[in-house]
Amino acid sequence: MGAISSYRLRLQRKRWRLRALRKRRELKPVADRTVSIRADDVLLFSTLRNERVRLPYFFKYYRDLGINHFIMVDNGSDDGTREYLESQPDVSLWTTNKSYRRARFGVDWLNWLQRRYAHGHWCLTVDIDEFFIYPFCDTRPIRALTDWLDASSIKSFGAMLVDMYPRGAVDAEEYRAGANPFEIAEWFDSGNYTIHKNSKFGNLWIQGGPRARTFFYDQPERAPALNKIPLVKWHRTYTYVSATHMLLPRGLNLVYDEWGGEKASGCLLHAKFLNSFVEKSEEELVRKQHYANSHEYRAYNDGLKDNASLWCKWSEKYINWRQLEILGLMSKGNWA
Amino acid sequence: MSVGFVMLVHNALDRATAVARHWATSGCPVVIHVDRRVNRKDYTAFAEGLADLGNVKFSKRHRVEWGTWSIVAATQSAAELVLASFPQVRHVYLASGSCLPLRPVGELRQYLDSRPRTDFIESVTTEDVPWTVGGLDRERFTLRFPFSWKRHRYLFDRYVRLQRKLGFKRRIPAGLVPHLGSQWWCLTRETLTAILNDPDREMFERYFTKVWIPDESYFQTLVRQYSQNIESRSLTLSKFDFQGKPHIFYDDHLQLLRRSDCFVARKIWPQADRLYSSFLSNDPAVTKNAEPNPGKIDRLFAKAVDRRTRGRSGLYMQSRYPNEGWENGKTCAPYSVFEGFEELFENFETWLFKAVGGRVHGHLFHPARAQFAGGETVYNGGLPDSAALRDYDPKAFLTNLIWNTRGERQCFQFGPGDEQDISWYLATDPNAQISVITGAWAVPLFHSSNNFAYIRREAAALQKIEAKHLDILRSPHTRARVRIWTMAEFVQNPMEPLQIIIDEIAPRGQRRLTEAPVMAALNGFGQFLQNLKNQGMHPHLMGDFPVGDDPASSTRERHKPYLVK
Repeated sequence: MGAISSYRLRLQRKRWRLRALRKRRELKPVADRTVSIRADDVLLFSTLRNERVRLPYFFKYYRDLGINHFIMVDNGSDDGTREYLESQPDVSLWTTNKSYRRARFGVDWLNWLQRRYAHGHWCLTVDIDEFFIYPFCDTRPIRALTDWLDASSIKSFGAMLVDMYPRGAVDAEEYRAGANPFEIAEWFDSGNYTIHKNSKFGNLWIQGGPRARTFFYDQPERAPALNKIPLVKWHRTYTYVSATHMLLPRGLNLVYDEWGGEKASGCLLHAKFLNSFVEKSEEELVRKQHYANSHEYRAYNDGLKDNASLWCKWSEKYINWRQLEILGLMSKGNWA
Repeated sequence: MSVGFVMLVHNALDRATAVARHWATSGCPVVIHVDRRVNRKDYTAFAEGLADLGNVKFSKRHRVEWGTWSIVAATQSAAELVLASFPQVRHVYLASGSCLPLRPVGELRQYLDSRPRTDFIESVTTEDVPWTVGGLDRERFTLRFPFSWKRHRYLFDRYVRLQRKLGFKRRIPAGLVPHLGSQWWCLTRETLTAILNDPDREMFERYFTKVWIPDESYFQTLVRQYSQNIESRSLTLSKFDFQGKPHIFYDDHLQLLRRSDCFVARKIWPQADRLYSSFLSNDPAVTKNAEPNPGKIDRLFAKAVDRRTRGRSGLYMQSRYPNEGWENGKTCAPYSVFEGFEELFENFETWLFKAVGGRVHGHLFHPARAQFAGGETVYNGGLPDSAALRDYDPKAFLTNLIWNTRGERQCFQFGPGDEQDISWYLATDPNAQISVITGAWAVPLFHSSNNFAYIRREAAALQKIEAKHLDILRSPHTRARVRIWTMAEFVQNPMEPLQIIIDEIAPRGQRRLTEAPVMAALNGFGQFLQNLKNQGMHPHLMGDFPVGDDPASSTRERHKPYLVK
């Protein structure tokens, strides 16, 4: 990479940081408990809207993993999400009614909060329907992982999005608050992913899975990106560029090995395809607040209208992280 | 007679307290060196926590920086204090704050008492160590290293390069043969005293202060001068990964550590509660009093390093995306590509499946859809038959298919009628076994009832595509196992080449083929080619088929299967 393009990326990073600075005015604090954050706490950042039913399990999962503090942005919920979050002792909550799309799908808001509160912390940025899986996550807390990453001088950790789906129709079974969503959506695709390298940012662009298979089989280039880098030892000069798919400076995107080896990586189990999804996709079509004019939601709406299922006879039933490792979706790298 | 411990501590002080207390209350004196960088408050609390124990002492504090002399200086101070304060100590065991004793102290004492003159220290000459970091082995002893490798990597590297360029070389003190080894040793009082009281100690120190990572060479080298009996291994189980940083033990290693029968392990994750609570006891029931045997742990960590450096062949995923040429195998298993067989033989796929088993697909790269075996629309791993998805990334389609079906041989048909983007990839993959009957695409045309102008056009196009494909297969970059026959050659004697291919696919089978695939009717094929020529097209890939001399007519006369003995 030449000096000029490298400088361009630097300018771009500054632009995103300035934008985050401007967008901070859209955020109003509801419960600011950030004073209780200790120096070596692991933080979680998330933006959400009307996800009340998902919250109890989400918090249980991530507290068990060892997240110390949650920093969240509520984008105008009216189903009790805000009240629930406000009452949690380890949550700092901001709220806004401004456009999710114009905050670049929440990235600007979180970039600002991360710049403010995440400096020097390991920070996990996930959506409310994403559940972080990493090697040995059943026996070692997330602190073991971040300590190991620190000792190995690794600053970012990749985790590919794995779409999970139920065996029958997506809305056949109702998800109830507090339940493990992967008792309903327990299936996934193990080996139909494609990878391209983004030469500008240096990240991998991964597509595939059940969504490419069923909704985008005739226009694969439009299939959603599944590559994510959710866990980063944050520095105030870092910035997410597009969702958690890539970051600047670009060195943080190098979460893969180019010389034949495997770096350690995890997965984000995606509990999107539950009964709430069908209602949500109808709503999102009206709100038009999602990526590429909610093109994805339009495709889903067409695809899932007639009780179609994402399941096929080669779907894998989720067991644990070791299964994902053996299938080659994630890797232990040299962590043993 | 007993063993005394020297502990180098710089963090996780609460764990160090527990371990020191364990050793001290078991009757072993402990001298602790606490890094100067630990702040006064923490240090005082730490020291007070152990104040009730008479056989715990604290040595002069040094500011310790990794890879520099300071670690050796700290070790020397603490070792001197042990020797001076505890005359009953016969062996001195060097440990760190993240070490954990795995076996009862009594067993260690017994082990050392039965080897009173043995020094346990890994000590190997530089020529024989494969594990040096940064490519420096001999040069550790002949260059100068004034810059910190951790904090000023750039200056460190630059200065090393400069010295190499200028041909700078330090003189190694006379009589010394540089040896390297694990930092963690257990030496006898005699040897340690001899090293510390050496009349030339100052001279050696002057030399070693400029050596890189002297904690892995100072004692390891000098011990060769004095020791009567060196056992070149460390009693501390400590494994390093490919970057030279120690592997860390967690709660889930409990059984593994227990079965290793090692005396001490490092490094333990400070929050591994279960390890600390399980091992800090002198319960003799936990071990079998056996020789240390870290083999299982060695294998575990060796595998981890291999996974990190070489990865799994044929796997492309989020954290393994090798540059071209660095794949260690483009695909994960051998597979077979058949070109022209399906056209020349009737029901070739069924025949092939009977002959070799595995999975026999149709044309996976057919323009309409991937023709999976059994007409499946989705295949292993959820791989769909959509042509658009496949053509979006044909390499991924192929590597995914081979990866998803690990353990099961894949065979598929290919030809000039298929999407050709995958050609180069197939040709350069050593796992591909490609067998081609050139010109066989003409057989379906020969049998078709289309008008001749269309056939002529189609034949010209297919021939052009196949010729290009053959150029690729014959290029010097090709790594696949390629076999090419013209159709005329193949028709003369089909059994021999088929036998060769089948044997290669299933070498253990070694069955003679009993049933030949039935060849398509070729009566009048020579005339058909002549007609193409008459229309101004030149069909050359199928070899020579003289008009009127139909080779196939002979094979078609048979009514029962063709048997080869």
